[in-house]
Amino acid sequence: MRENNAAPAESEWLCAKCGLPLEVGKVDVGYLGSVFPVDLYRCTKCGQTFVPEELAEGKMAEVEKLLEDK
Amino acid sequence: MDQEELGKLEARCIQEQPPACAAACPVHVDARAMAAAIAGGDFTSAAKIYKKSVPFPGIISRVCDHPCQAVCRRRDAGDAVSVRALEKSCLDWAEQVRDTGFLPPAKNKRVAVVGGGLSGLTAAFELAKKGFSVEVFEKEGRLGGSLFRFSREQLPEEVIAADLQALDKVGVTIRLSVKVGEAISLESLCEDFEAVYLAPGEQPEGGLGLGLDGAGGWLIDPVTLGTTNPKVFAGGSVRRSTGNRSPIESIADGRRGAISIDRFIQKVSLTASRGGEGAQETRLFTSTEGLAPMGETAMADAAGGYSREEAVLEAKRCIQCQCLECVKVCEYLNSFKSYPKKYVRQIYNNLSIVMGHRHANKLVNSCSLCGLCREVCPEDLNMGLVCKKAREIMVEQGRMPPSPHDFPIRDMLFSNSEKFALTRPQPGTSASRYLFFPGCQLSASAPDQVRKTYAFLCEQLRGGVGLMLRCCGAPAEWSGRVELFSESFADIVSQWQELGRPQVILACSTCYEIFKTHLPEASVISLWEVLDRTGPPDGAGRGSVPDRALAVHDACSTRHEKHIHQAVRNILRRLGFEIEELALSGDKTECCGYGGLMFFANPELARSVIGNRIRQSDSDYLAYCAMCRDYLASAGKRTWHLLDLLFGAPQGGDAQRKGPGYTMRRENRARLKNALLEELFGEKPIGMEKYGGIGLRISDELRESLERRQILDSDIQQVIEFAESSGSKLRSSRSGHFLAHWKPAAVTYWVEYSEAEGEFIVHNAYCHRMELTEGNRRLG
Ligand code: SF4
Ligand code: SF4
Ligand code: SF4
Ligand SMILES: [Zn+2]
Repeated sequence: MRENNAAPAESEWLCAKCGLPLEVGKVDVGYLGSVFPVDLYRCTKCGQTFVPEELAEGKMAEVEKLLEDK
Repeated sequence: MDQEELGKLEARCIQEQPPACAAACPVHVDARAMAAAIAGGDFTSAAKIYKKSVPFPGIISRVCDHPCQAVCRRRDAGDAVSVRALEKSCLDWAEQVRDTGFLPPAKNKRVAVVGGGLSGLTAAFELAKKGFSVEVFEKEGRLGGSLFRFSREQLPEEVIAADLQALDKVGVTIRLSVKVGEAISLESLCEDFEAVYLAPGEQPEGGLGLGLDGAGGWLIDPVTLGTTNPKVFAGGSVRRSTGNRSPIESIADGRRGAISIDRFIQKVSLTASRGGEGAQETRLFTSTEGLAPMGETAMADAAGGYSREEAVLEAKRCIQCQCLECVKVCEYLNSFKSYPKKYVRQIYNNLSIVMGHRHANKLVNSCSLCGLCREVCPEDLNMGLVCKKAREIMVEQGRMPPSPHDFPIRDMLFSNSEKFALTRPQPGTSASRYLFFPGCQLSASAPDQVRKTYAFLCEQLRGGVGLMLRCCGAPAEWSGRVELFSESFADIVSQWQELGRPQVILACSTCYEIFKTHLPEASVISLWEVLDRTGPPDGAGRGSVPDRALAVHDACSTRHEKHIHQAVRNILRRLGFEIEELALSGDKTECCGYGGLMFFANPELARSVIGNRIRQSDSDYLAYCAMCRDYLASAGKRTWHLLDLLFGAPQGGDAQRKGPGYTMRRENRARLKNALLEELFGEKPIGMEKYGGIGLRISDELRESLERRQILDSDIQQVIEFAESSGSKLRSSRSGHFLAHWKPAAVTYWVEYSEAEGEFIVHNAYCHRMELTEGNRRLG
C-alpha cells in the first residue's frame, strides 16, 4: 500500500493520554495475512495512531477489496 | 452439486447456439451477422462474412434454394428475411477487396474429381486450397453442369465465369470433354490418384462398377460420402432424386467429400466429430413475443436486386436471433454485460484459481438467488443455484471475502442472541398447537404489528399459539455459510420439538422457504393463509389507503407458493381493494434487492433493481414481506405492507414511510422482546450493555452516512466507552473534539465526538477492516 504522501507536516491531533503531538512514523497495517508499513501520524510514546477518514474510505477500502479478491 | 457439476451447467445455456438460419444452411452462412453488418451499412464486412462460408458466392447468391428462409424466426411476424437477396446485395455493394488468401505448400498428392458442377468444383476448390493437386474431369465442353438450367437472367454466364476464376487461382487442372467410364476408366483414376470424388450429377450407366443399393443407386455413406471403393467418394445431385436438386446441398456435399478425402489421405478417422457438417436443427430459443409484423422489403428493380437502401431496410427486419430471456428480466445478469453461459464459466474458473485475482467474486455475491432466471429459461438454468453453490464452495475453501456478508451475519447473530431470541408457549397454556414465527425483519420494521398479530392469533386459534422470536438463518444460508446455518437452525428445531412440534405460522416469505426446505417434517403455513381463514381483525380496512388499485409485489421466495399468492389476494379483496397485477408477478415475480444479500454485496445494483421494480406501475404497491416493503419504500415508492391494512401502519406512518435504520432495527427487536417478556409472560426484561447508557446526539445528515457505512449506535457507544475509560483518544488542537477508535471484532470504528451535558455529540464516524499494529496502546 502506498503511503500517505500528502500528509501535512503537522497534525492537528494530539495524543490526549500522553499530551504529546503526533509524529509521522511507520505503522504496520495488515489485512488477511498481508502487512504493509505505512507512514501515519502516531504518538511516539504510547503508539496510538491516527487514520484519517480519507484514508479509511479511500485507499484502505480499495486495498481491502483487492486483498479480499486475491 | 460439486464444482465439476456446477461447471457442466454451462452447457445448459443455449445462447451460443447458432440462429435457425445458420443452422439450416448446409454450409452455415452466418446470415445473422451478415444482416447486422448490412443493417449498419457495412456491405464490405457483410460480403466477407458471406464469402467465408460459400466458395462460389456470386452463383449461390442467385440460385440458392435458401433453406434458411424456411426456418427464419421472422416468419412469426411477417415474411422470412430475404437472406439470398441480401447475399446478392452485399456482393453488389461491397467495396472490391483483393483476395489476400495464400496457399499452403503443395502436398504432392493427386486427387481426381469427376464432374464439373457445383459439387465437384467445390470439392476441387477445397482440396486445392489444402495443397492437393487436383484434376477435374468434365464430360461436357464447359464447366458448370446443371447451372446452365437456370435462366440467363437469373444466372448470367459472366457470373459463373467470374466465380470459377477462383479455381484458377488455387491451381486446379481442368480436363474438359472427358467422360469417365468411356475415355478413361474409374480403375485407372484410382491407380493414378490417391482418391477420387465422383459428382457426375447423374449416375453413369453401369455405375462404374461401384456397389449399389436396392434401387440401383450408388451405396453412399451419408456422413463420409464413402462408396464401396475406399478410394472413391461420391456426392452432389447424384445423391438426390431429380426433383430435389439443391445447389447449396451440392456445395455442402463437395465440402464434405473434400474433408473425407483429406482425412483418408492423412489416414485419420473419417467419422470422428462430423456432427457439425450440413444442415442442423438449433437449440437456440428466440422469443418473438410482441414483435411487430413486417413484410418483406420490396425491390424497385426486381431483376437488379436490392438497392443499398432497400437492403438496409430488409436487413433490419432480421431480429438478430438470440435467447437472453433471463438477461431481459434480471438486472443482475444484465449488469455484468454477458449471459449465463459465460458467467458459469467465469464462476467455475474463479473457484479453481489457486493464486491470483478472483475477478468473479462480485459476480458470485451479487445475485439475489431469486430464481426468476430459471422460470424464463427454456432450459431451466438457475443462476441463483449456481451462485449459491459457488458461495458455499468459497466458504468451504476459506476464500469468501469477509466484507460483503459480515454485517447481515452479525445482524443474524444479534437476533439469535438473548437480545432478541425468545421461545415461549402461549401465556397461560402449556400445549402449543401452533407456533408464530414473525421473523427478524418484520420485528425490526414493525414490532407493533408483531404484537398485534400475535394477540390476534392467540384470540382466534384454539390449542395454544407459541411464539418464537429469532432469525431463521437466511443470511447464513444465502452467504454460503452452511455450518453456521445448520448450527443456528438446529436450535430452532430443538425448540420446536420441545414445544411439541406445533404447526409453524410464518409471517416472512423467506422464513417460510427456509422452514419448508430445512424442516420438512414440520407443517408450515403462511400467516396470510391463516388470516385468509380467520378473516381480518375488526376495524381492518381501507383506512388512510387511497381508493385506488394496489399493485401486488409478490415476494420472490414465494415464487412457487401459489396458495400464498392466492391468500394475499383473497385478503385484499375481502378488504375491498382492487388488485393490479404487475407484469412480473406470481411465479415470475422479481426480487426487491434484499434476497441473496444482494444489497450488501452490491448496493448500486440493488438500487437499480429497486428502481426498475418501482417504475413498473404508478399505483401504490402492496408487499407482504417487511424487507420488500422497506426496500421499495427506500427508493420513494409508496408501498404498503399487508399488515398495515390489517393492523395499521407503524406509528401512524403511511405507504411513504422509510423503514427504520440499522440501529433502530436492532433496537426494535430488543424492545419487542422486552415488552413481550414484561407484558405477556410476566418476566424480567433483558438489561442493556454497560455502554448502552451512553447518550448520543447524531444529526440527520450524519445518520445517513452511518447507514451507508453500516455503523450502529452501539459501535459508536463502544468506541466512546473504551476511549473514556482508558483515556486512549486523540484531541484536536483546533476544535477540541476527541477522536477515538475501537475494534470490537473485525472492523475498526473511528468516532469524532465532544461532550455536552453528560451526552456525546457525534461529529463523524468511519470504519475500516485493515488492522493497525499500535505498539503498547492498551487494547481493552
Ligand atoms: S431473423 Fe435473422 S437471425 Fe433469425 S433466423 Fe431470420 S435471418 Fe436468421
Ligand atoms: S434464458 Fe438465459 S440461461 Fe437460459 S438459455 Fe437463454 S440465455 Fe441461457
Ligand atoms: S437468481 Fe434472480 S438475481 Fe440471480 S440470476 Fe437468477 S433472476 Fe437474476
Ligand atoms: Zn500517547
